[in-house]
Amino acid sequence: MYAQMIKTARSGVKTREEMTEQERAFQDKIDADIKIEPRDWMPDDYRATLIRQIGQHAHSEVVGQLPEGNWITRAPTLERKAILLAKVQDEAGHGLYLYSAAETLGESRDELVRLLHEGRMKYSSIFNYPTLNWADIGAVGWLVDGAAIVNQVALQRTSYGPYARAMVRICKEESFHARQGYHAMMKMALGSPEQRKMAQDALNRLWFPAMMMFGPHDSESTHSEQSMAWKIKVKSNDELRQQFVDQTIPQIEYLGLELPEPGIKWNEDRGHYDFSDPDWSEFMDVLRGNGPCNVDRMNARRKAWDDGEWVRDGLLEHARKKAARAVAAE
Amino acid sequence: MSNEWPLWEVFIRGQHGLSHRHVGSLHAPDADMAIKNARDVYTRRNEGVSIWVVEARHIAATAPGDKGPLFEPSESKVYRHPTFFDIPDEVGHM
Repeated sequence: MYAQMIKTARSGVKTREEMTEQERAFQDKIDADIKIEPRDWMPDDYRATLIRQIGQHAHSEVVGQLPEGNWITRAPTLERKAILLAKVQDEAGHGLYLYSAAETLGESRDELVRLLHEGRMKYSSIFNYPTLNWADIGAVGWLVDGAAIVNQVALQRTSYGPYARAMVRICKEESFHARQGYHAMMKMALGSPEQRKMAQDALNRLWFPAMMMFGPHDSESTHSEQSMAWKIKVKSNDELRQQFVDQTIPQIEYLGLELPEPGIKWNEDRGHYDFSDPDWSEFMDVLRGNGPCNVDRMNARRKAWDDGEWVRDGLLEHARKKAARAVAAE
Repeated sequence: MSNEWPLWEVFIRGQHGLSHRHVGSLHAPDADMAIKNARDVYTRRNEGVSIWVVEARHIAATAPGDKGPLFEPSESKVYRHPTFFDIPDEVGHM
């Protein structure tokens, strides 16, 4: 998802007998769906895992602005441009909510940004794919934000209060993102033969990268068990992926587009769609930094941070001087 | 990293004459910028008509461990609620 392959800080789940009294009381709260708040006691591994997951989620929101920002100046109409601007601005806000949630755990935003820029933290693999044309922008809103919603709706029930509340806020805005994307796709899919071809091409190219957003199969997903027990993760990767496929196929059919891969078939017995695996070796390769845009994305992030340094420092210095003058005048 | 902007907590008054309510936090160099940023982040969809910001370090809070002594005593004082008292219907609305 926006957080993939998050290593839980410990492996295996402690049995009740292995837990200290404090850990037992903590697990009881989780089991009773009582939210954990910033100043409550929590196991160090719970805190560390959350910082990793929320941090990666925040980085994804911010890096996710890049593929879409690429098209703001080239949107086909003024209205589409205003909509895209609003969406990209929302992503910055989502990053902020999430960094704020991570900060309540004692890790500063600047520190998380530093870890990202040093390559020690990651963001979602999806944003290492390029947006080649306007149809991709529609497809990203529809599929990528659509996939994000599936994950984030589940995370509204996550055990850490600030994270859950950030998710509630984000989900409200994310629904605008998915709908504006689908709306843009409708225009293209129901438009001229050339537009239709572009829409189909965008769907075909972005389908598997969107499927990868949910992370590897549950059977391959190490460390999930403890995260599920702590309700840091609420649903498994495969559950979420299936939910995404089931809700998206009818939307493809409405557009009159062809299904993006031949493995998609309704399975009467399961009551779900079957579908093919993405190329997991490609997924691992993108995570390792070898996707089409990894280098560009990180360079853009570092440049933005470095170029902004004099502004951040200048504003802070101005604030200090103003405060000193106010004290002197008293 | 020493030049990190301080953290501000943001409170917004919704449209309907309600109290200001905590909505989130942000970093800003000073109060003016904190309000400008809060406006951009937290009121883009008609969420508010007024903003308060306060630097996070100025907020004092109860400790989670004090929850029992502070809040449990009120649980046993049901007579503080109007529903504790049965008033006959004949008396009319009260």
